[in-house]
Amino acid sequence: MKTQGKTHKVGDHIDTDAIIPARFLVTSDPAKLGANCMAGLEPDWVKRVNKGDILVAGRNFGCGSSREHAPIAILGAGIPVVVGHSFARIFYRNAFNMGLPLLEIGDEVDKIADGDKLEIDLEKGSLRNLTKDLEIPFQPIPPTMREILDCGGLVGYVGKRLSGDK
Amino acid sequence: MKQNLTYKILQRHTSDKITEPGQIVQCKVDMVLANDITGPLAIRSFEGMGAKKVFDKDKIALVMDHFTPQKDIDSANQVRISRKFAEEQNLTHYYEGGDSGVEHTLLPELGLANPGDLIVGADSHTCTYGGIGAFATGMGSTDIAAAMALGETWLKVPQVIRVIYDGELADFVSAKDLMLTLIGIIGVDGALYQGLEFTGPVIDRLPIEGRLTMANMAIEAGAKTGIFPIDDLLRQWRAEEGLSADLYLEADKDAVYARDVEIDATGLEPVVACPHIPSNVKKISSLPPTEIQQVVIGSCTNGRYSDLEAAAKVFKGRKVKKGVRCIVLPSTPKVWKKALKNGLIEIFMEAGCIVGPATCGPCLGGHMGILGDAERAVATTNRNFKGRMGSLDSEIYLASPVSAAASAVLGRVASPAEL
Repeated sequence: MKTQGKTHKVGDHIDTDAIIPARFLVTSDPAKLGANCMAGLEPDWVKRVNKGDILVAGRNFGCGSSREHAPIAILGAGIPVVVGHSFARIFYRNAFNMGLPLLEIGDEVDKIADGDKLEIDLEKGSLRNLTKDLEIPFQPIPPTMREILDCGGLVGYVGKRLSGDK
Repeated sequence: MKQNLTYKILQRHTSDKITEPGQIVQCKVDMVLANDITGPLAIRSFEGMGAKKVFDKDKIALVMDHFTPQKDIDSANQVRISRKFAEEQNLTHYYEGGDSGVEHTLLPELGLANPGDLIVGADSHTCTYGGIGAFATGMGSTDIAAAMALGETWLKVPQVIRVIYDGELADFVSAKDLMLTLIGIIGVDGALYQGLEFTGPVIDRLPIEGRLTMANMAIEAGAKTGIFPIDDLLRQWRAEEGLSADLYLEADKDAVYARDVEIDATGLEPVVACPHIPSNVKKISSLPPTEIQQVVIGSCTNGRYSDLEAAAKVFKGRKVKKGVRCIVLPSTPKVWKKALKNGLIEIFMEAGCIVGPATCGPCLGGHMGILGDAERAVATTNRNFKGRMGSLDSEIYLASPVSAAASAVLGRVASPAEL
């Protein structure tokens, strides 16, 4: 995966109720969920997002409910990757399972300002802040997660295993 | 390696030898759970994987509890998808309507969550079953779909924090206060990627329903699991419930923990988690007068019989303050019937409470008690995130059942000591 995009920065402990409030969980359609992405933070947040933009989060992003609708809403809003200080564990699994890579960068997150342009190359393991001309290191993505991403998510990954079992 | 209880339970479910935290192990699961929100998504993923049959029709539970009784057309359609799947797969444990209750109260009651089990659920509060000595953790729908198809899942062996509660509990201080106190100390990511094990003299004496309350909120500290001892108190409770009580499993005496958190329970006062994060914990006695418009007593945290009984003691002979809607939701049909038989429902009604069905409803801002702009609630639920119960301008204070009941009577955030 190689991508470039403008960042939208959010704070610490953004919970999944903020990412997609429960009242929208009556559907699992990515477009419908995407249209309400971050509605629990700010009702019209998603209106400022253009396809390909990158979400930059603080500590413990995605804490709270296990709703998989949260990474689906982010993908549905056109955001292909999230960079953050750290991620809540259920959200971490869910994001990769849905094909949304997460880059964990700890305190380096302070080197990215809202609106900065980032370039990410997952194969090369590189994250660059183009606005500030900085290379930012990130925690390597574990092999299990890479395999899942390579299959487009867990559905593809298990599908492969089930068809191999036959 | 000397093993803690978490690793011992995990080891029962994997052929990989557990040697260190961080290791990824493939584990067999005893029960796989989903609800009316997460189930339909799991079913879609299951079908997308090309899976045809669930691994074991007796080891999957689908519980329609979040928007039950279904609040609108879309949420009713979610149940239709779940019901159809349960019929096609001939699932033994499908619950809706009058059979259903709040999933994390229902499963231990039905013996579908047992000590020593490994349980995964598409609900973050699946960690509740740690209260009865199970390794139980929440996941997303697609992880659950994989577990429904394969009967196994991968887990990273977590580091484990040991929480030791010493001392004596004062009047009106309950399991909820003990857990909120811990979350206040370590923070909402204090146990991120880690497990919790609870121990100490206070825990040894703590009734099982209180342990379930505490384990329920392990996720609110970011934890993967929150496991309580498999001890005589648990075996006795199991026997009384008519469930098997023959498992003996405990942490090695000199097991290694990532760290210890010691809490002296003597001198603790009733607390609340103030808006908008569960770690914003304060003594009720330290708060300025804080008027409220709603109280919710129920949920997978505090909707069990002993919770209702404690609240009823506070309500007996008292009235809910005018201008406050106090909603009591017994968590399962069994809890409801016992509360009815023993006169608790009458006490709630005489006090002016609204007694409703077993549902998650208001906890997640689903229905049956939504907050308007600038409204404030005291709730026995588990999350007080901004907007969780309704308007983005509303506020939630998390409290124990007795504190919630006292707040309903006084019309402000209060503890029973003030009555």
